[in-house]
Amino acid sequence: MSIMGAPSASGRFGEYGGRFVPESLIPACFKLEEAFTQAWADQEFTNEYHRILTEYGGRPTPVTELRRLSEQLGIRVLLKREDLAHTGSHKINNVIGQALLTKRMGKTRMIAETGAGQHGVATATAAALLGLDCVIYMGEVDVARQALNVFRMKLLGASVVSVTSGSRTLKDAINEAMREWVASVESTHYCIGSVMGPHPYPFMVREFQRIIGDEAVVQAGEILDGGVPDYVVACVGGGSNAAGTFAGFVDTPAKLVGVEPEGGAAITHGIPGVVHGMRSNLLQDDVGQVLEAYSISAGLDYPGVGPEHSYLSSIGRAAYATANDAEVLNALQILSRLEGIIPALEPAHAMAYVMREAGKAIPLGSTVLVTMSGRGDKDAELVARILGETS
Amino acid sequence: MANESMGALEKALTDKKNSGRKLLVPYINAGFGNWVEAIHAVIDAGADAVEVGIPFSDPIMDGPIIQEASQKALEAGVTPAGILSDLRRSSFEVPLAVMTYYNIVHHAGHDRFAKELAECGVAGSIIPDLQLDEAGEWMKSARENGIDNVMLAAPSTSPERLRRLADNSHGFVYGVGLMGVTGVRNSLAESASEIARRLKEYTSKPVLVGVGVSTADQAIQVSRIADGVIVGSALVRRLLAGGGPQGAFDFMSEFRKALDDK
Ligand SMILES: Cc1ncc(COP(=O)(O)O)c(C=O)c1O
Repeated sequence: MSIMGAPSASGRFGEYGGRFVPESLIPACFKLEEAFTQAWADQEFTNEYHRILTEYGGRPTPVTELRRLSEQLGIRVLLKREDLAHTGSHKINNVIGQALLTKRMGKTRMIAETGAGQHGVATATAAALLGLDCVIYMGEVDVARQALNVFRMKLLGASVVSVTSGSRTLKDAINEAMREWVASVESTHYCIGSVMGPHPYPFMVREFQRIIGDEAVVQAGEILDGGVPDYVVACVGGGSNAAGTFAGFVDTPAKLVGVEPEGGAAITHGIPGVVHGMRSNLLQDDVGQVLEAYSISAGLDYPGVGPEHSYLSSIGRAAYATANDAEVLNALQILSRLEGIIPALEPAHAMAYVMREAGKAIPLGSTVLVTMSGRGDKDAELVARILGETS
Repeated sequence: MANESMGALEKALTDKKNSGRKLLVPYINAGFGNWVEAIHAVIDAGADAVEVGIPFSDPIMDGPIIQEASQKALEAGVTPAGILSDLRRSSFEVPLAVMTYYNIVHHAGHDRFAKELAECGVAGSIIPDLQLDEAGEWMKSARENGIDNVMLAAPSTSPERLRRLADNSHGFVYGVGLMGVTGVRNSLAESASEIARRLKEYTSKPVLVGVGVSTADQAIQVSRIADGVIVGSALVRRLLAGGGPQGAFDFMSEFRKALDDK
């Protein structure tokens, strides 16, 4: 049995996960669990999911060997190219699955939260493709720093609600989406964007994202003559691209590393807590108020983390490290210049870790697979502004 | 006998219910404005118990009004321990139940939090994001410390679950009046009387309806079936507007009179 198997009946990975939501949402959680379990075992459903991701989503995404960077670092770096998937990030894998489920459950509308806007764009895209109504909740701060994605969502026919409560970032967008879901649960599916929330979301989203790891383990095997990479590295916000990647490698000897932003490192700096429907590591103050995360990347600005990551960390199967903003900006520029790949700020955290640790935590001569979870277009304006100021 | 295991909250409400009175439970945000005085004011106006909100950073069951009051309390730097020690310093003629979110309890630890509540004279707890299937540990600690943990039942709850919720609820059973979060509503949702009717099939404990009960007329309407009401946002809105303890007294007096006269 895989270490990343199904959670317990109460949605636990070890002691993490669960279903901490208002009673009003409990029937919807049960119904979703049942619908997902049936759909995922139904070949007609999985065929449709794979057909759309192939014909429309651009899968499989390639694995690229980064020859110039490898030479410079003294390790062999392979990149799983989710930046080449439709809409520019791995988020499309999850939303195609959830949009198909929405229809299967007879619902006509999806709501979603978004931080960087990538999940919002992906959800709006899937909604357009499958003819569903779509409303996206986004913190006011993020609306300002990800203006391009706000426009993309609107172009795709979604409405965007700017959330002004609390820290006005991702965690508040989730709160508002949950409140709205309580009121509209009959007709509406809440399309959560990462491996977080109440059961079955952390499990379901990981399953919809495992296509990253399932493809990559085969592709890396072809490049490495049947071998597996020594290290598999991905950035962790809620943790969906990391969980999807890890799922393909968890039962191999590969070492798994999740990279959190220094200012939003729930596993590295948090303790177990309960918010957004789940028990997991959480940044909180000394009485249990949830702290605001800070990082240069809106997509990682989250004080919590998916419960399966807390579990993988607790049993030592995956290690978690952090990268700071300066390292991230540096990594983004190096990858752009050496390889012609402009990364999103989120996966630039994973690259920053690899660049920093090559020859240290990662011994020279190692093989490392990094998930490039998204492309950098959405951040170009922000990065230009920062580099203009600092260089 | 059920009576033997009854906590102070359930005993007080059951006695009043049995005397033919309709129950009135106002909600006050702790840490915001003259909140302790406001509690006394609503008791003077005829409250049968008071729900005291301990603010949490991410209140997913609350709409804009209670969010705003919570946010102001947090900005003023209140803590759960500070609130409880303020409560300990005062004495109240009716039982108090704290309403908060589960992370506050989880962070303190179940036993420690239950003991603190008991030491500060609190009789009940209401934790909207701690549903029945996850509530076992807290219910045990609460029980051991004489705290009545109130379960919430929603319009969407299945009959089978409704029965289990009612069995496991102590103090009273909280019927959520509509599918939505706390807030002021212009008219009473049909689901408010419906949840009361459904709950009363399963339990003889007091059944109170809250969320979306905003006016004295709505309170009368739902109390034709329910044993009483919880009034939150409509009251907090007056406090946010600067009504103070006097405003709270006046507003709750309207409800008391309406419920007694009908
Ligand atoms: C490109 C990209 N990578 C990563 C993330 C973080 O999400 P997760 O940790 O769920 O992969 C985001 C979130 O918006 C993103 O846009």
